[in-house]
Amino acid sequence: MKVLASIVSAGLSKFGKLDGLYAREIFAEAAKEAFDNCPNLNPRKDIEALFIGQMSEAYERQGHIGPLMLNWSGLDDIPAFRVESACASSSVALRVGVMAIMSNMHDIVMVGGVEKMTHLPTSSNMEILASAADFPFEQWNGATFPSLFALMATAHMHEYGTTEEQMALVAVKNHENALLNHKAHMQKKISVEDVLSSKVVSWPLKLYDCSLISDGASCVILTKPELAKKFTDTPVNIIASTQAQDSLNIFERESLTTLKSIKLAAKEAFKASGLTPKDVDIAEVHDCFTIAEIIAYEDLGFCNKGFGGKFIEEGETKIGGEIPVNTSGGLKAKGHPVGATGIAQIYEVYLQLIGEAEKRQVNNAEIGLTCNIGGSGATATVNILKRGD
Amino acid sequence: MNNISVEQFYSFCAQGKLMGVKCEECKALYSVPKPFCLKCNSKNLSWVQLKGVGKLASYTIVYVPHPSFQNEAPYILGVVELEEGVKLLSRIKNVKLEELKIGMPLKIDFEKTEGNAWPNWVRYYFKPNLTENNIL
Ligand SMILES: [Zn+2]
Repeated sequence: MKVLASIVSAGLSKFGKLDGLYAREIFAEAAKEAFDNCPNLNPRKDIEALFIGQMSEAYERQGHIGPLMLNWSGLDDIPAFRVESACASSSVALRVGVMAIMSNMHDIVMVGGVEKMTHLPTSSNMEILASAADFPFEQWNGATFPSLFALMATAHMHEYGTTEEQMALVAVKNHENALLNHKAHMQKKISVEDVLSSKVVSWPLKLYDCSLISDGASCVILTKPELAKKFTDTPVNIIASTQAQDSLNIFERESLTTLKSIKLAAKEAFKASGLTPKDVDIAEVHDCFTIAEIIAYEDLGFCNKGFGGKFIEEGETKIGGEIPVNTSGGLKAKGHPVGATGIAQIYEVYLQLIGEAEKRQVNNAEIGLTCNIGGSGATATVNILKRGD
Repeated sequence: MNNISVEQFYSFCAQGKLMGVKCEECKALYSVPKPFCLKCNSKNLSWVQLKGVGKLASYTIVYVPHPSFQNEAPYILGVVELEEGVKLLSRIKNVKLEELKIGMPLKIDFEKTEGNAWPNWVRYYFKPNLTENNIL
């Protein structure tokens, strides 16, 4: 098992509707936590580059955020890279950071993500988020993000008998977990009935099947494995970091019920780490819509194809179940500031592996997995993390 | 010259034609234009007319619309599997919600878009293929 890079610190801003705060201030909050938790790190002297994920400059009419976020993290001079891959922006930025470490170009880098969304009305959010779909053949024909996942949900229901109640259970679980996470956007217990009776967004998906439009930022400090102990007694090692793609539009894909990009990235991640899905103690997966979490269970190999609905029904993914999924509350209830999401997943797994996940701590978690997708699944990343010795 | 482009695809729509592209080497078919065959990497692709009939493979009813379709909500969006085996995403019109069914036969139609702001392409949509219905 090869260690690609080590995480020596991490930070996460509060997620939610952060009125009066913009991306720069929110990112500074995440950076501050990562620096405060790592007293042996001298950010100005030690950090050699910044990689930052952000989906859209349309939100704040602000492009060129590399140098901006660098400055607001108290850093200067060093190279800063903005990475865009829709909702997978920061997990793709993480891979670029890992490449920088593995290539020996840099010893210590900072990777993060940020999005400020809640100041704009739903219609603007619908339009900006839809820009990750194929313009001439999806957006032009009326596709919204919920509608693309709704097309997958209808097909999944038809092909495998998945029910609206099973999808609702994903929301119920993730809301329950978010109650244990003080940084989560949503702090509200809900029932299956609440989900089923909520306003229809794009049938069969209702309001409570959809993740939240949130503000937030996330970051991690990556080093070469051999340097990790200089900065912390409890590093977390990245032992696989993979990425795969599929067609940008959903209709050219072989199947509407499988995300090939997840399957390919997962296959490669398990091969690289020498592990199997059975070895995973905890996972954060992309639940932008409840159906996405069910499809992720199947395509990551946590259960057989078509059995994702059963898997949630049997409680296998609750805290205390076979493999707890989205202990943070997930995109569904922790929130989904799109550019921040990939690293926010890493942050949760990092906390779990160092035993700092407070009330939602999973006992003795040693191996964690994250799965972040961009758009309707044209990009997928899978990371496998292992508690350092 | 093949002129395989998005602009050309929609010019065909303006003429009431649904055109796909076919790889001249391996015969792979695509519902939307592309300059390289994804199966064999050939650059030798050409336009081929599709019949514009197929079946509904999946659907959703959009209540919270794309801002450009504010006046149409709720509208139906479907993935249509064409008779030739390739698929398209499209609005489904002229059908009652309770009659929506995966597998229902559909045929294409076209409509002009209002205004002249870019891109102003003629849009395709699908509607029930009643002749097929009678056979079933
Ligand atoms: Zn070919």
